[in-house]
Amino acid sequence: MELTIRLFATFRDGRFQSEKREYPPETLLGNIVDDLKLARDEIGVMLVNGRHASFEQKLAPGDAVSIFPQVGGG
Amino acid sequence: MEASAVPGLPDFLLSRAEGGFFSWAVEREAAAHFGTTLAGVEAAGLELSLMPARYRRNRETLSAEDQLRLLRSRVAVVGCGGLGGYLIEELARLGIGNLLLLDPDVFEEHNLNRQLLCSMAALGRPKVEVGLARVAEINPAAAVAAHRMAFSRDNGSALLAGCSAVMDGLDNVLTRRALVDVCRELSLPLVYGAIAGWYGQVAVQMPGEDLTPLLRPASAEGKGVETVLGNPAFTPGVVASLQVAELAKVLLGRGKPLSKRVLFVNLFDMEFNEIPYE
Repeated sequence: MELTIRLFATFRDGRFQSEKREYPPETLLGNIVDDLKLARDEIGVMLVNGRHASFEQKLAPGDAVSIFPQVGGG
Repeated sequence: MEASAVPGLPDFLLSRAEGGFFSWAVEREAAAHFGTTLAGVEAAGLELSLMPARYRRNRETLSAEDQLRLLRSRVAVVGCGGLGGYLIEELARLGIGNLLLLDPDVFEEHNLNRQLLCSMAALGRPKVEVGLARVAEINPAAAVAAHRMAFSRDNGSALLAGCSAVMDGLDNVLTRRALVDVCRELSLPLVYGAIAGWYGQVAVQMPGEDLTPLLRPASAEGKGVETVLGNPAFTPGVVASLQVAELAKVLLGRGKPLSKRVLFVNLFDMEFNEIPYE
């Protein structure tokens, strides 16, 4: 199935900003995070079609995934 | 006693105002003559739609009624470092009448690259003390309470009770989660801001809302990518200014605050992404 993956801030470094990518059916959000070699403990916000999502969320064809790093400074 | 009820003060201001404004000299003279506070004189003037001259360039952006509301507001700045320094500066210039400053730290050399209130002379001095002195330099009518202590779940409710709104200048996600909870308990609007490198986030939690989904407890220390990226000179000013714009709208009940949506700021690619969240 085809998913749109959008990465933000430092997650773009050495990867991409936005890509349509093929994943097998039943792929979980956590699988994509691991596939992109994003450190789970660096992630701040994950959205699927604009809604907050967890690593366990199962994705459907056409879903748009956005992943942001945790920003904690002040 | 309400300053407006001080006999003679309204007439004093009306007779000395020019074009709807009264000068600092008049304000000080009135405070001395009538034995009232500077804030009391400003309130009396604003009730008559007379503005202190310092607000002349706010023109039509902020009315006398708006300034009176800001003067009567009490805003907490939780964390007085990178974001906090700019927050304090802008709140004082905006005309917030009562400020509460919280921070446990003293200024150190590594603050000089970005923290507005950190100067060579300030090194070693408590951040809240320098903040208090800065407000006095800019706006002597503002009352400041400065507490050199860390915000926590335990002391939070007592410290923030009576505030109109709260500004987030914290430096980690775990304390932010505590701040979110305390503001929810007290039904206080919270203006969230966070920075790392070229990047930042801003959002508003109005009473009844919950920012927690934006604050995953990712690492045990509650730090984000700023531990690697650090924070340069320009990011705190951008994010803090966005926070103060949000605060002004929240206090004045005007415009469209960043409620139920978060603004992701990317100064590297110069992108501003507004994301609704649930």
